[in-house]
Amino acid sequence: MNIVVCVKQAPDTAATVTVQDGKVSWGDAPLVLNPWDEYAVEQALLTKEEHGGKITAISLGPEDAKEALKTALAMGVDEAILVSDPAFAGADTLVASKVLAAAISKVEAVDLIFFGRSAVDSDSGVLGAQVARRLGWPSLSLVAAVNNLSPEGGTIEVERMIDEGRQIVKGSLPVVVSVVKGINEPRYPSFMGIRKASRAEIPLWTAVDLGLTAVPSPAMTWPEIFAPLKIETKCEFIEGETPVVIAEKLADRLMEEKVI
Amino acid sequence: MDFNLSSEHKMVQRMVRDFAQKEVAPVIKEWDRKQDMAPFVLPRMAELGILGVCIPVRYGGQGMDYITLGLVCEELEAIDSTLRVVMSVHMGLCCLGIFQLGTEEQKHEHLIPLARGEKIGAYGLTEPGVGSDPANISSTARLERDEYIINGEKMWISLATKAHTVLWFARTAPKGEIPHEGITAFILDTSLAGVTRGDIHGKLGVRAGSTGWINCQDVRLPMGNRLGEEGEGFKIAMSCLDNGRYTVGSGAVGLIRACIEASVSYANERHAFGRPISRFQLIQQKIAKMAQSYEAARLLNLQAGWMKNQGLRNTKETSLAKWFATDASFAAASEAIQVHGAYGYSDEYDVERFLRNARGGIIYEGSSEIQTLIQAGYALGLRDDSPLRCELPGYDPDDWQTGA
Amino acid sequence: MANKIFVYIDHFGGRALPVSWEAVSAAVSLKTSYSSGVTAVVSGYEVGAIAEEAVSYGADEVFVANHEKLKEFRPEVYTSVLVKLMKDSVPEVFLMPNTSRTRELAAMVAVDLETGISPDVVAIDVVDGSIHATRPIYAGKLLTKVVCAIARPQILTLRSRAFKKPEPDTSLSGEIIQADVEVEDPVTEVLGYKESEAGVSLTDAGIIVSGGRGVSNNPSLTPIADITDEKGKEIWRAQQGFQLVRKLAEVLGAAMGASRAAVDAGYIPYAHQVGQTGKVVSPDLYIACGISGAIQHLAGMRTSKMIVAINKDADAPIFQVARFGVVGDLFNILPALTEALKKRLGK
Repeated sequence: MNIVVCVKQAPDTAATVTVQDGKVSWGDAPLVLNPWDEYAVEQALLTKEEHGGKITAISLGPEDAKEALKTALAMGVDEAILVSDPAFAGADTLVASKVLAAAISKVEAVDLIFFGRSAVDSDSGVLGAQVARRLGWPSLSLVAAVNNLSPEGGTIEVERMIDEGRQIVKGSLPVVVSVVKGINEPRYPSFMGIRKASRAEIPLWTAVDLGLTAVPSPAMTWPEIFAPLKIETKCEFIEGETPVVIAEKLADRLMEEKVI
Repeated sequence: MDFNLSSEHKMVQRMVRDFAQKEVAPVIKEWDRKQDMAPFVLPRMAELGILGVCIPVRYGGQGMDYITLGLVCEELEAIDSTLRVVMSVHMGLCCLGIFQLGTEEQKHEHLIPLARGEKIGAYGLTEPGVGSDPANISSTARLERDEYIINGEKMWISLATKAHTVLWFARTAPKGEIPHEGITAFILDTSLAGVTRGDIHGKLGVRAGSTGWINCQDVRLPMGNRLGEEGEGFKIAMSCLDNGRYTVGSGAVGLIRACIEASVSYANERHAFGRPISRFQLIQQKIAKMAQSYEAARLLNLQAGWMKNQGLRNTKETSLAKWFATDASFAAASEAIQVHGAYGYSDEYDVERFLRNARGGIIYEGSSEIQTLIQAGYALGLRDDSPLRCELPGYDPDDWQTGA
Repeated sequence: MANKIFVYIDHFGGRALPVSWEAVSAAVSLKTSYSSGVTAVVSGYEVGAIAEEAVSYGADEVFVANHEKLKEFRPEVYTSVLVKLMKDSVPEVFLMPNTSRTRELAAMVAVDLETGISPDVVAIDVVDGSIHATRPIYAGKLLTKVVCAIARPQILTLRSRAFKKPEPDTSLSGEIIQADVEVEDPVTEVLGYKESEAGVSLTDAGIIVSGGRGVSNNPSLTPIADITDEKGKEIWRAQQGFQLVRKLAEVLGAAMGASRAAVDAGYIPYAHQVGQTGKVVSPDLYIACGISGAIQHLAGMRTSKMIVAINKDADAPIFQVARFGVVGDLFNILPALTEALKKRLGK
């Protein structure tokens, strides 16, 4: 199996994010592998462990996105490629999907692509489907379990976590799978993986390398980023002698506020 | 001078931090209350390779350097000291002792399973009547044809009931004019007939760990299990402490960091007189002091780790790092409780556990008083490090990672 | 003349999702700006009733793509149907409700039409003929305006409960047009469904009762004898705690949520997780039980209209976003609150 896993670098979810001079700032919080992508990397590793093959991690981003790729390498992926070009700055998902699809096409005979469900910074959650569409492959999104994968038969059966419950879907390879939390428990990097990752030379593919002579301009712009209005809530503490007294008071207040 | 950690170091830090935070932190309070070690701790540390972190790959380890060992200790103790204690006795005192002084045969037989985490190591020097004065141990080893007959009792032994392999110090010659001369080191297998052991409960701190006693009654140990030469045991014991102390010091750095994090978070959350208590200067002073000691302790320990990497003798620097960091960690924990007020006094918050745990660090592996005397000795020119027959090997990444 | 405003009606099991009608009402709100009527699009099999319903919510016309091969939603097949429709009509705006189907559908349609997509939008304004959409990023810690200035149509998926839910009006009229569709064979096949894990859908719920790590801390419970390991006992305790959460949720007709800590500890399936790596919700009432309020959790629920927090730690950050707080033992408070509300709601 030739597996590709697409990853992104994102600020740690514990970071306090603010807007400074119109730009997002996360202080000195570390940049990490997007938590959703950890599940994608783990699923790629599990797939390789079961069916053999090779895993290539690809990240589209600035030079320092290499750290996310290093984490993927340390977890055990075989190769990592950074797709980076000044021309990609300001890319929206329309552009990103085109660039990633071009990068994936450059990797030999890919059977399976894993994505995390979304990135914790942009929260778009559309890239997997868009890359699938660009490649003309089926997309299996919100995958919470892979029930069956047959490289010989070229088929895959998954459980998708949709709003209404779990849907069981069968598809054929090659396919794009985007995974949700709960599909697996991502492993920690191993010492051997860490050593390998810290020494790895990560190739950089530019627009020219991908044969993108003219990088399409993004359809979307972001004219303004701002912090949500701070809703000043003053907590009214409900007190009382016994739990029953407290509960009665709270129930009365909730009825008065007409939220029930 | 390069103060940067390598990307390798940072990735290890993160990995160990994730392990300790995700797997141990949620249950540590419960095990601390129970005064028992969570059963998954040692197997998971083994599985993740932590138990062989700075041993060459060809001896079953992970081939990382001594700085990495220090960083691992810092991350582990930031969650609970008992995790770091494992590194102190298993890695610092036992594995590195065999790595430094063992024969090639001994390394293959004993170090490989230890570094792989298949076996757990401990260190048996202290006895019921002998702590700071180890030259006066009374445990004995009598050579009988090709076996040593071991008798005696060791006390306050970390991982006493978990260990498979214990560096055991015993007297091969009766106490003479110079008491430390008749001491010899052995690699004791705890499965041998005549070995009994048990845990000690009712300790102030490190309650989620195992501390106990080991008794040997006519235990027959093959001659091949002697580490180093007869009579060399005291030097070996002291040399092992150069490594054990490094892990204790590095761990204490993590404990200070945990105190800072807890105090900062609480001080920003807790309000008094209409504002967060972090806005009060007396609270700020406490936190500033912790930050100061954290940075100083960290640099001292990194220096000791760097010297080990270079293969330089570091008895003085390690002792200083351990002394400073452990004293500072106890002070930080005490102030962290003060920041938390009455809540800090209850086990609702972590800081009271930090205090109880920190208290041990200024006793074991050479109390602060002993470290004070060592430093005075160096300063006054009364003390000099005589060269060892076998120094701890410096770090050589290519050699250590051969076979990976 | 063709309408410039299109809105997609998402449905499941023969019924439109409530958020679909919120999207219709958002589409209706754009009528003046674009001097256009609203075309609703219903794709599926035997979906005539949904088309009728769309009219009652304000659609001026409804395109119905009715085909047996559209019975199960598959993004690829639906995309082709919608793209054909878009290419024929070239609307300015194509609104969709944000659901687990439409996010993927909108993404694919955007690729085929080489246009932009704004997922999970919470507010819209029209400036010079372009929609300035507001959408949360960093799990709602920040908001961004997004604009698709040139490419058309502008595709947006609208977050559930962010737009007004209209009342249906059966006196409204509109034309229902059976679209002539050719449907390709689906490339993936739906084999079946499993029971929902979350009960009431979290994103649609008006009320959510959530439990955190605190639900496992009831020391007065003695686990049943055949659980011997500590983790087992802890999970058993937590499940007893979540029973109390569930009972309150039942009385309120609420969905049941959980913090990441509770999910990671194995107390409750991931489908219930609210927060940055779970579901982002915005109910009218959010009752947090034994949840301290980690930044990742707050990111997923802070836009709730009213938050009630029950926690034994008076300094827990959750109280900083709560309207009502109870400092106390949830194991006593929850049963009492359940009874008190039962009484008032006549249940």
